[in-house]
Amino acid sequence: MELRKNYFADVRKDDLHEIGQPRPRSDSPGHVTGKTAFFADRNFPGMLHLKMVRSPHHHARIRSIDASEAERHPGVVRVLTAKDVPHNVYTILILIQIGPEDETVLADGKVRWKGEAVVAVLAETERAAQEAVAKVKVDYEVLPAVFDMEEALKPGAPLVNEYHGQNYYLYDSGECRKVRFGDVEAGFAGADHVLEQSYQSSPIEHAPTETTGCLVVPEGNDRFTCYTNTQAMFFTLDNTSIILQMPGSKLHFVGGTVGGGFGGKVDVIVEPIAILGAKLTGRPVCFIYSREEEMQISSPRAAEKIVIKDGVMKDGRIVARKVTGYTDAGAYSRHSPYGAQKGAGHYPGPYTIPNVWIDTYCVYTNRTPSSAMRGFGVTIGDFALEVQMDKLARLIGMDPLEFRFINAYRDGDMKAHRQPTEGAALIECMQEASRAANWPVAEKFMAMTSYVKGA
Amino acid sequence: MAKVPVQFTLNGSEKAEFVDSGTTLLHALRDKIGDTSPKGGCHQGTCGACSVIIDGELRLSCLTLAETCNGVAITTTAGLSEAGVLHPLQRAFLEAFATQCGFCTPGMIMAAKVLLDHTPNPSRDEVVEALSGNICRCTGYEPIIQAVLTAARSNSQNAA
Amino acid sequence: MALALQTFATVKDANAALKAAGTRYLGGGTLVIRAANEGDVSVSGFVRSTEPSLSTIAVAGGKVRIGASVTMSTISRHADLGALAKAARAVGGPAVRNMATIGGNLFAPAPYGDFAVALLALDAIVGTDDGEAPIEIFLANRYGSAIVTSVSFALPKADSFRFLKVSRVKPKGVSVLSIASVLELAPDGTVSSARIALGCMADRPMRAKSAENALIGQSLTKDGIASALAAVNDGTSPATDPIASAWYRNEVLPVHLGRLLLG
Repeated sequence: MELRKNYFADVRKDDLHEIGQPRPRSDSPGHVTGKTAFFADRNFPGMLHLKMVRSPHHHARIRSIDASEAERHPGVVRVLTAKDVPHNVYTILILIQIGPEDETVLADGKVRWKGEAVVAVLAETERAAQEAVAKVKVDYEVLPAVFDMEEALKPGAPLVNEYHGQNYYLYDSGECRKVRFGDVEAGFAGADHVLEQSYQSSPIEHAPTETTGCLVVPEGNDRFTCYTNTQAMFFTLDNTSIILQMPGSKLHFVGGTVGGGFGGKVDVIVEPIAILGAKLTGRPVCFIYSREEEMQISSPRAAEKIVIKDGVMKDGRIVARKVTGYTDAGAYSRHSPYGAQKGAGHYPGPYTIPNVWIDTYCVYTNRTPSSAMRGFGVTIGDFALEVQMDKLARLIGMDPLEFRFINAYRDGDMKAHRQPTEGAALIECMQEASRAANWPVAEKFMAMTSYVKGA
Repeated sequence: MAKVPVQFTLNGSEKAEFVDSGTTLLHALRDKIGDTSPKGGCHQGTCGACSVIIDGELRLSCLTLAETCNGVAITTTAGLSEAGVLHPLQRAFLEAFATQCGFCTPGMIMAAKVLLDHTPNPSRDEVVEALSGNICRCTGYEPIIQAVLTAARSNSQNAA
Repeated sequence: MALALQTFATVKDANAALKAAGTRYLGGGTLVIRAANEGDVSVSGFVRSTEPSLSTIAVAGGKVRIGASVTMSTISRHADLGALAKAARAVGGPAVRNMATIGGNLFAPAPYGDFAVALLALDAIVGTDDGEAPIEIFLANRYGSAIVTSVSFALPKADSFRFLKVSRVKPKGVSVLSIASVLELAPDGTVSSARIALGCMADRPMRAKSAENALIGQSLTKDGIASALAAVNDGTSPATDPIASAWYRNEVLPVHLGRLLLG
C-alpha cells in the first residue's frame, strides 16, 4: 500500500537515513539460534524452588496459619509468612508518587481475592515445594465478597480494602477524577439529539508465552543478583529495597529480555519475596509462575464500564459529552488509580466539543488485582468512544467518517483539559485513510487541514 | 531419589547423563545438558515453546520423560546452524522479521523444520497447520508463515 | 517424593504396579505428565508397559484392532484408516498428535478427548487385561479401569462416518463441542441406522439417542433432520469452562449437527 507523502511536507524531512529503511533487529540473531538468554536460561547449583500457598477464597479473615507439617516435609528448607517480611507493603509506583500502600507481600490477617499469596515455601525441588504447599493449613473465616463495580459502590457493600475505608480510590479531586469544561447540561438542552449508551469490558490476561518469574543468587557481602523478566527494572529495585529494608546498592538486577510482557510484567510481585528467600536461606532461589498462575494470579487489564452521553446537532456537531468511567482495580490499587486517571485525560477523544463533563472512578472489588496492559485506561475507552461515534452518525443519518471530520480537533482548538491543541494530524490521517480504504468523503473534507479551523 | 541413566544424541553429538527418574526431557536438556533453546512456556503441551525433534518427529519436551529417550536422536534449534552458517529457516526468520520477543521462536523453527523435511514445498495452509501447536503471543504469525514459505522457496532453489 | 517411572515388559506386570497408591499409567504423557507438571500431588509415580501389541494396528475382515499406545498421527497416516484421519487430526497440534495415544484419549476429560467421541459413534470395544467392554460402558467407569490394551471396531462403510469438531480458534483450538456419526442409508436414501456421539456435552462422550431415533426413516434434508435437531439436546449436561458456557454449547449443538448431517 503506497501512502501519499505530501502531508506536512514543509515540516518533514525526507532525507532520513534510518527512519523508513528496513534494518535487521539487533536481537533477532540470538532468537533464531536459541542463544538469547531469557532469565530462566540459567542454572545455579543448590537453587531452591519457591511455591506459594494461595487463598482459595475471594474474601476471608485468616484465623491461623499452621505450617509445621510443611516445615517438616522432606526437602523443605524454609517457610515464609507475613511476619518474615521486613516491611510487608507493596509501594509499586512510589517512584512517581502515585498509588497507596494498600497491599501486602504476604497476606496479613486477611485475604481479599482468590489467589492472594499467603505463605511462601522454599524447597530443594519443585515437587517438594508443591507437596509442602498442600500441607500448609490456613484457617479462614469466609467473608462476603463483591465482584461488581456498581454493587461495590452501593451503601452497605462489603468493604474490600480497609486501607481505603470505601470501595473507591480517593483522588485529591474527590471520589473520582474530574474534568469540567463549559456547561454540559446547557449543551444537552440545546442539542437536536441526546444519546446515552453504556459500554463494558471484561478483564483481559496478557498471557505472555514466558511466564513471570525471577532467579536470585546471593553473592556474598549481603549482595544479591536478581535475574528477572520484569518490565519495570527500577520500580522493582526500588520497591525491593523498601520491602526488604535494604539499600538499593545491595541489589543487582539483570533483565531486559522479556518473553512477552504487554504490561503484564510491570507489577513488582515475584522479586521481593524471592530475594527475601535467598537472603534468609543463603541459597539461590527461583520463583517462576506456572501457566495456571500466569492466567489466574498475574494482574489482567481492568474490567471497565463506560457510560457516554452525547448531545449532537443535525449538522453533525457534538455540542456536549458527558463520560462516566469505572475501572475495576480488583482488591488492590497496583496501577489502576493511574489507569482511571489516564481515562479522564483521554476523554472526550480527539474531538473538539464545547461542553464536557468527565468522571472516572477507580473501584475496588474482590477480584484479581488489575494493572497495566497496552494503553490501559485508554484502549477500552477508545472502543467505547468510536462505537459511540458510529451510533451518533447513524442517529443523524450522516456518513461516520464525515461525522468525524466535522468534530476532529485541529491546531489551536481548546481541549477540555484547557490545553490548546497542537500538532494535530487527525484530519490528514482520515484523508489518507479515506483514500487508502476507498471510502470517499465530500470534497470539502478532503480540503480541510489540521492547521486552520474551518478551512 | 533414584537416578537413572539417559543416553541419546543431541544435534549429532553423544550425550549421557544421570537424571532423577521422572525428569522431563525439557529439564534434562536445559538444566543438565545446558541446551536452553527449548523453552518452558506452559508445561502443559499447549504453547509449543519446548518443541524438539526426536527421531524425525516433532515432540513436546515438557511432556516427555528423559528416561524414555534412550537411544534416540534429538534435534534442537541450537543445533541447526553449522559452522556459524544459519539454516535457511533461521535466515528466513531473521530476514522476514518473524521474531519479536523471541520466546516462541526456537519451537516455531522446530515445527517448521519437521514440515519442510517431509514437505519441501508446502502450501500456506500446510504451513499454518504445521505451526498450529505453537503459540506466538506477540501475534507475529503472518511474518512467521511468510518466513517458512520463503525458506521453502530458497531450499528448492538451492536444490534446483 | 520423586515422580519415578517404572517400565514393564508386560501389561500384566504394569497392572500389578498400578495398584500402588498415587501411580498413574503413562501413555503419551499429554495427560499425566501435564498433571504432574501442574503440581497435582495426587500423582506420585508413573507406570508404563512396552508390550509390543500395544503399538500395533491390525485390519482384517472389515474389523480393526488398534493397540492402546498407537498415536493419533499414526492413525491419521494409516492407509486403511482414512475414514478416521479427520478425527485423529482434530486432536492437538502436530507435536501432541505424535505423542497422544488412542488409549489415553479415552481418559481425556472434556473439553478434550475428541477421538473418543469418534470411537463412541463407531461403537468400539475397549480391551483390557480384565476383558472387553463396549465403549459406552467403559467410559462410564473409566477412571477405575485396568490398563487399556486395545480398541476394536468394525470399519465404517464408505462415507458412513462423519466427524465435526467445533473450535473458536483457527486452524484449531480446544473443542466447544465435537460430533461423530455413523449413518447407514436404505436404497431409497432414508436413514436405516444412526449412531451419533457428542463430545463436551456431558462429563464424558455421550450418545444422542433421541436424535438417532428421530433420524430413522428420514431423508438427510432440511425437513428430514428437523426432528433430530430438535431432540439432540436431550440428556445433555455440558460444562461451563473457559472455552464456552453450558448455555452456548446447548444453543449451538443443533446448528452444528445440522451442518454435519447436511454437509
